[in-house]
Amino acid sequence: MTITITLNGEQKDLSTTLTVRELVEHLEIKSQAMAVEVNRKIIRKEEFDTVNVGDGDRVEIVTFVGGG
Amino acid sequence: MKDKPLQIGNYTFKSRLFVGTGKYETFQLMADALEASGTEVVTVAVRRVNLSGEGESLLDYIDRDKYTLLPNTAGCYTADEAIRTAFMAREAGISDLIKLEVLGDKISLLPDLEATLEATRVLVKENFTVLVYTSDDPITACKLEDLGAAAVMPLGSPIGSGQGILNPINIKLILQNVKAPIVVDAGVGTASDVAIAMELGAEGVLLNTGIALADDPVRMASAMKHGCIAGREAYLAGRIAKKEFGSASSPTNGIATS
Repeated sequence: MTITITLNGEQKDLSTTLTVRELVEHLEIKSQAMAVEVNRKIIRKEEFDTVNVGDGDRVEIVTFVGGG
Repeated sequence: MKDKPLQIGNYTFKSRLFVGTGKYETFQLMADALEASGTEVVTVAVRRVNLSGEGESLLDYIDRDKYTLLPNTAGCYTADEAIRTAFMAREAGISDLIKLEVLGDKISLLPDLEATLEATRVLVKENFTVLVYTSDDPITACKLEDLGAAAVMPLGSPIGSGQGILNPINIKLILQNVKAPIVVDAGVGTASDVAIAMELGAEGVLLNTGIALADDPVRMASAMKHGCIAGREAYLAGRIAKKEFGSASSPTNGIATS
């Protein structure tokens, strides 16, 4: 069953519920520094294998960019 | 000659120049400018990752053994947004350093002081080392120190304006009244602006646009480095008092033609 999440403000369909780690790997994010929020809660790296992302969840994945 | 290092919270730095990583034409140019500036602290912004997977990453060009990352909360207009951004930055960077910046509007880019104070209170309680961007208002600077700011960072002039230190008297008042390190942040246009801030007694200067948008950013980075050192040395040396009239440098007696 397809599920839909909101990823960085945009709708994204996934074939199934994923852990945060699986989602990050699926997206092929290779950033050296990133933070993940699910429904406005920070997910620590230690929690990547235990927290799931399911239908309707709002996910933010951020990194560092140039700034002053 | 010896100078004590700059101490902010549990961090110490030899260079007193903090340099931003925004607005450079290329990452390589940024890396070269950072090198030329001699900085040890570089600011970065927190933004959504590029999901296309294309393009290079800023961090590929920043040697984290050499530079300490100082994430900012740029682009935040409420205390809540800034606090949320700070938490994301801490998770991404594994460091408690945060440059808190809560702006009041998109035109002036001046800080919202009420929201800045509120966010400082929360982030200090959450064990962040908070370097707070603020206006040059001496009273607010004192309040920020009382709340536990690790450094108070008054603007010289609005962000990116290049107008230099518009109100040196306010910066002096802040320096007199606040024991926490004062880092002049924003508005620096050229090397003499850095020197002026340091001569006043600031512990450091943070700048970005003045280097990034100079015709030759690497050369300007070097100029800023020397401006910072010159200003600091002049401050430590103690300048002469200004006099209303001239005072001869050569002896006034023993002149052969007299």
